[in-house]
Amino acid sequence: MLSDITIGQYYPGRSVLHRLDPRTKIVLLLFFLFAVFAFSSAPAYAILSALTLALMLASGVPMRMMVRSLRPIMWIIFFTFLIHLLSTPGEALAKIWAFTVTREGIEQGFFISLRLVLLIFLSSLLTFTTSPLALTDALERLLAPFRCVGVPAHELAMMMTIALRFVPTLIQETDRIMKAQQSRGADFTEGSILKRLRALIPILVPLFLSAFRRADDLAMAMEARCYHGGEGRTQMKALHFATLDYVSWGVAAALYGLFFSLR
Amino acid sequence: MSFIEMEHLSHAYHAGDETERMALSDVSLAIEKGEFVAVLGANGSGKSTLAKHINAILLPTAGNCRVAGFDTSEAGSVWEIRREVGMVFQNPDNQLIAAIVEDDVAFGPENIGMAPERIRENVRCALAAVGMEHFRSFAPHLLSGGQKQRVAIAGALAMQPKCLVLDEPTAMLDPKGREEVMMVLKRLHAEGMTVVLITHFMEEASEAQRVIIMADGRIAAIGTPREVLTDHAAMQKWGLETPLAACLAAGLLKDGVKLPRDILTDDDLICALTGEEPCPSK
Amino acid sequence: MSIEIKHISYTYMPKTPFERQALKEVTATIEEGTFTAIAGHTGSGKSTLLQHLNGLLHPTEGHVVVDGVDLLPQKKSEKKAARAARMKVGMVFQYPEQQLFEETVEADIAFGPKNLELSGEDVASRVRESMELVHLDYERFHARSPFVLSGGQMRRVAIAGILALRPKYLVLDEPTAGLDPRGRKEILSMVTALHRRKKTTVIFVSHNMDDIARLARHLLVFNKGMLVADGTPQAVFGQTDVLREAGLRQPHVMTLLRHLREAGLPLERTDVLTAEEAEQAICAALKKMRGEKS
Repeated sequence: MLSDITIGQYYPGRSVLHRLDPRTKIVLLLFFLFAVFAFSSAPAYAILSALTLALMLASGVPMRMMVRSLRPIMWIIFFTFLIHLLSTPGEALAKIWAFTVTREGIEQGFFISLRLVLLIFLSSLLTFTTSPLALTDALERLLAPFRCVGVPAHELAMMMTIALRFVPTLIQETDRIMKAQQSRGADFTEGSILKRLRALIPILVPLFLSAFRRADDLAMAMEARCYHGGEGRTQMKALHFATLDYVSWGVAAALYGLFFSLR
Repeated sequence: MSFIEMEHLSHAYHAGDETERMALSDVSLAIEKGEFVAVLGANGSGKSTLAKHINAILLPTAGNCRVAGFDTSEAGSVWEIRREVGMVFQNPDNQLIAAIVEDDVAFGPENIGMAPERIRENVRCALAAVGMEHFRSFAPHLLSGGQKQRVAIAGALAMQPKCLVLDEPTAMLDPKGREEVMMVLKRLHAEGMTVVLITHFMEEASEAQRVIIMADGRIAAIGTPREVLTDHAAMQKWGLETPLAACLAAGLLKDGVKLPRDILTDDDLICALTGEEPCPSK
Repeated sequence: MSIEIKHISYTYMPKTPFERQALKEVTATIEEGTFTAIAGHTGSGKSTLLQHLNGLLHPTEGHVVVDGVDLLPQKKSEKKAARAARMKVGMVFQYPEQQLFEETVEADIAFGPKNLELSGEDVASRVRESMELVHLDYERFHARSPFVLSGGQMRRVAIAGILALRPKYLVLDEPTAGLDPRGRKEILSMVTALHRRKKTTVIFVSHNMDDIARLARHLLVFNKGMLVADGTPQAVFGQTDVLREAGLRQPHVMTLLRHLREAGLPLERTDVLTAEEAEQAICAALKKMRGEKS
């Protein structure tokens, strides 16, 4: 059922990763993603893979949930592997129809796929261990210095907050409107594509109207609660760096040194 | 000086336009600090428009409105007024901003730049005042209507206002939710809060100290619930219901039964009919 | 002819951590031509039950049978009959005005009949007919946008959109929610008139026990996914324990008369359902009292 969808994939817990400041997590994620692309030597990959695995174990998120996050891009990984396997020139190992499988191809394909897998796992680690709200907050803070060049950091964060709040409500509403129109004989499952697209109008119009009404109401409610933009605002849950954050920065810097030396 | 003072206040939507519509005409009224006032009226009677003037969401197009000594029309006083007057709206879904209860309650205090420790303390107190402290880390969409409205009230309380204005807060709730909200309001009033409650429900209005009836953008009647709500004929004219006891009393009077004319509650009727105990409510 | 609810159970999201049983072994019959009320507080399963009545949800176990046809077809050949049976049940959701989408009142009401693939004339006559049933003047309203109407009028347009399907059974989920007293009265008198004039079977959910007492002849009470009372309002409202357990109250008139009797007024009965009946009962009791005194 539509109304059962949950957004984000936050997995509540108290692990080291959960306790890190979300800003630290975002910055470290960017660091490691960069490392995955910049240092393509075998030892660097070994270290990065070991690190990712260790973090996955430390996060307390069940492995099968982590693996499931790969599912949407499984085919991409598979085809990337295949293309590299078959199109890299080098020492021939086997011949399949018009293609040659080379040793370099296997290597290349393996590393490229590993790169993608690491990419997904590392980003998933962030979203699994950080609540969407903490992420929003962290983004606002990280973007704040760019305000002077016109990045609307507060506005972006406020938009994300409101989106997070209203997506479940709108999903429930879509479900209700669909059922109401079905009760008037509307059919969304049969007929040509054109017919099905037309069948969406009775759902989309009420949905938009209600979204506008909600936006109106919400704007008034926000104003009534003294909202006047980001100027002069404070935050109840102000973010603070703790020892844990400093330690992880240190570890990350040390790893970077190691990667450079391995180049 | 009264806490809320309206003098010859009028409000026209789309003023100067051909679709101009008078929502309020020449309304004068004063509400004292610590009072519990209910505003009744059929749809389109102007009661919502009236409520929105108290929080400076709407400004008078003629006349004036003073709240806590500030004129709502003066640009500089808007934020002061909104700190003094918290507002709760009808649709519980459309006024909660954050995806977690306590973050939502913190929204107001954050906007006025309160220090984080004080916000945390205020949020805790506000949630306790509405009996929602156990739900502080819930997502609003998982709460019942009554619970959402209590969170909305907490959101207003967290700014430590002196007055709450509630625009049909119970219209979309089930009886249990309505009761929850009314209990919270009664307690807040007992603790000194000024409460202005817009409602369609006569049982809720009869809890107030004073009732204001709006009809066609004007004040049609103002007085104690006993004075106003027991006038069966007038209530019908205004498109409102009479509380059951008052309605029965009106019928019995017509049947020739001797009864006082100001029967409002069940107890009034029981006393009047059985005549055994002295009536405690009067 | 009737709607038969046979041993139905319904579980949301079975076999997941979010599994929740919303209905447990519910059996009831709603006879044609009756005026049935459904009561129960939020989360009692009544909304889930409603959605079973026109096949929006199918029971995890059990059957819903409308006029002898199971709403969940077992074979392909039964599919058409099941759809026809589903369309006999008109469903008015809570806040139905939120489903309006067309540019004019007429076009919106025509949406249902058009889905039934009726001819243009049929559609037009049904639109007129249903507007009349909800007391909206055709000439005045048909070309207007539904979105400029008042809340009560919009709701009536939405109900007309369902009536245009000419349902034999009309299901209304809290039809008066959010309206002012005048709007509430209009909707309820409209539904009663429909029941009387068109013999439409009405099934409505309400939180207002006094409305139920006044209007319904049959009452179902739900609590925690189970049907806990089924009978005439008089009988069901007499079961104070069941009501309390389900988080419901007796109608205000009944409570008031009970208190009057406890205070010493010699009332013959307290199971009255309307203010008029209460007035008569009180008058009778007062006469009796005077008779005793003299």
